[in-house]
Amino acid sequence: MFDTVYPQLIGLCTGALLLTSALLVWRHSLLASIRLLSVQGFALAALVAVIGLEEGEAEVIIVSVLVLLVKGMALPWVLAHETRATTRTDEAPRLNPTAGLLTVALLTILSYVVASRLLSGDTSISAHAAPIGLAMVLIGFLLLVTRRQAGSQLIGFLVLDNGIATVAFLTSGGVPLFLELGISLDVLLVVVILYVFAGRMRNKFGNTDIDQLRKLHD
Amino acid sequence: MNFALWIPLAVPVTLAVLSLTGGARPPGRLGPVASSAAVLLSGLLLVGAVLAGDIPSLGGGLLRADALSAYMLTVVGAVGLVSTWGGLGHAAAAPGRFAGSYDALISVFLAAMSLAVLADNIGLMWAAVEATTITTAFLVGHHRTRSSLEAAWKYVILGSVGVAIALLGIVLIYAASRGTGEPTLSWLVLSRTDLPLDPALIRAGGALAVLGFATKAGLAPMHSWLPDAHSQAPAPVSGLMSGVLLAVALYAILRIQTITDAVIGPDFLRVMLSIGGLLSLFVAATLLIRQRDFKRMLAYSSIEHMGMMAVGAAIGPAALPAVLLYMLGHGLTKATLFVISGRILEVEGSPRIDDVRALLVRRPGLAVPWLIAMAALVGFPPFSIFFSEVGIIVAGFGAGMGVVVGIALVLLLVIFAALTRLTVAMTVGAPTVGAPTGTAPGSVRAAPDRSAHGPRLPLILALGTTAVVAFIAEPVGTLLARAAAVLGGAQ
Repeated sequence: MFDTVYPQLIGLCTGALLLTSALLVWRHSLLASIRLLSVQGFALAALVAVIGLEEGEAEVIIVSVLVLLVKGMALPWVLAHETRATTRTDEAPRLNPTAGLLTVALLTILSYVVASRLLSGDTSISAHAAPIGLAMVLIGFLLLVTRRQAGSQLIGFLVLDNGIATVAFLTSGGVPLFLELGISLDVLLVVVILYVFAGRMRNKFGNTDIDQLRKLHD
Repeated sequence: MNFALWIPLAVPVTLAVLSLTGGARPPGRLGPVASSAAVLLSGLLLVGAVLAGDIPSLGGGLLRADALSAYMLTVVGAVGLVSTWGGLGHAAAAPGRFAGSYDALISVFLAAMSLAVLADNIGLMWAAVEATTITTAFLVGHHRTRSSLEAAWKYVILGSVGVAIALLGIVLIYAASRGTGEPTLSWLVLSRTDLPLDPALIRAGGALAVLGFATKAGLAPMHSWLPDAHSQAPAPVSGLMSGVLLAVALYAILRIQTITDAVIGPDFLRVMLSIGGLLSLFVAATLLIRQRDFKRMLAYSSIEHMGMMAVGAAIGPAALPAVLLYMLGHGLTKATLFVISGRILEVEGSPRIDDVRALLVRRPGLAVPWLIAMAALVGFPPFSIFFSEVGIIVAGFGAGMGVVVGIALVLLLVIFAALTRLTVAMTVGAPTVGAPTGTAPGSVRAAPDRSAHGPRLPLILALGTTAVVAFIAEPVGTLLARAAAVLGGAQ
């Protein structure tokens, strides 16, 4: 029974991951972006749970709960907390939505081309979905370079990180549990630190526009 | 000897907790120094064990000290000791209400670097390297000015994104090891030459991992955070970051290189590292010529030296002993210079080279060690940087990389001239009356200030060590040869 549903579930979860990433490029409101990020965290947790059920490993199920708690709940909560404090929550990115979505399409095609060369020897269902993870990494980069607000940059970083986790789970069933713990803790701490810095930035500059960080140069 | 693997992790963390709870009272301020001493001590213990033919390991092989790890741990401890001990005067001058957390973060930073070099697992090492970014983020932003906030933001964003790329590479390397039946991230297993690793995945994974760690190592073109972070951080932190954190990132690159070389041959990373190295030298040369800030000058000099080390890594086994010696020499020299730069900044009140003139006449207590350390930095013998650079250049010609080494040599000469000019501008000359700001009126013509403005002994020890270390064949030479052998340099 599960064997027939498994490819569909993998497809559903990775589809949700790609869709949320594309929507993140499209939406400019920070609060909406954070909700999308939370949905993405849930989709990633579901993907991990599906892989865990297929492999029948309890460790992977534990990891999926961890992913759900950290990426689905804790991180979006921290971000939302930060964003409510800002007066301006709308983003004026360097790319308009149409150009952004076209770039997303290009990046997705690119990652399929790259992955087909990388994983040519692997015919498993999960490896077929691995390009989605790569596309998410690239979309994360796109968000990082095109956004001006500190909060949006953070979201780009988190999409990048979700993409890496997706690649890890799809290509090798995830890294060992203790590493997953270490990596999640590191990401959580980085976000908290950037959150504190964004707060200091608001105190000093009155907003969190990172374009004003131009004082130090040669 | 296995207990020595615990010391550099447990002692600094314990001291960090004590610093947090103990506050800013004087004995509490010694926490970072004690942490560095513990790391150095266990490094030396492990070196002793390794030279006796033992390879201590702990936690089912999760922590492991081969010759390379033991050597790196010693470098971390030695550079840490110079930075923290030499920085005591600096830290004491500004106790503030953040002193406890400042000391605690430095101790945890030292523990994270120790974990990075002792871990026999690429994933664990990755987590430790990311932890160094986390612990140093607030240290870079310690002064809470606009500039330090800007530097810290750039540092954390670029540092974590770079290290995230490395994680993607590590994930691909992990996927490549599925063919062996038991997927693994252990250095020891992965660098065995007989493993059926997937070449395409190793190529992509190795490239991404090296690219990511190169960001952390400050190699061009991913260097842009480095001058900002290193110039805005408090001097002891700059010393630690410039002197040893960059070397730890390079250590990660060297380990990854061992894995990729065994699977797809040395040419692939050789090209990447040569380009990165030469580009770093070029960036450093162009920006040092017109440099106005002496802390940024030191930061660009770190990019230069990391570039030279990357060229050495590209050359391969023949240059590796020189590269490893380079890490120690550069670390000690750079830590000394940053400590002195912190003192100069404190007494002169300006980081601009134009504002700091005629130091040799006005403040010989600071100018003399500064001059000696700058001489070591630009590569005068008998200091070990000279021998490392010569070793890399000779090995490069021997390995048929004459063009790369030739370009590097030209850039080194440009940097030599630029650094010499800036140093002379700061130290030599007659003081102008009333010109320097931030000094008491009348002090210009008064008796020269012979005070070192802080502990002298760590600086003397650091410079003394770099001056003699290249001449000690036993045990330093043996240790370097064995450490290079770990990286496939066995002859």
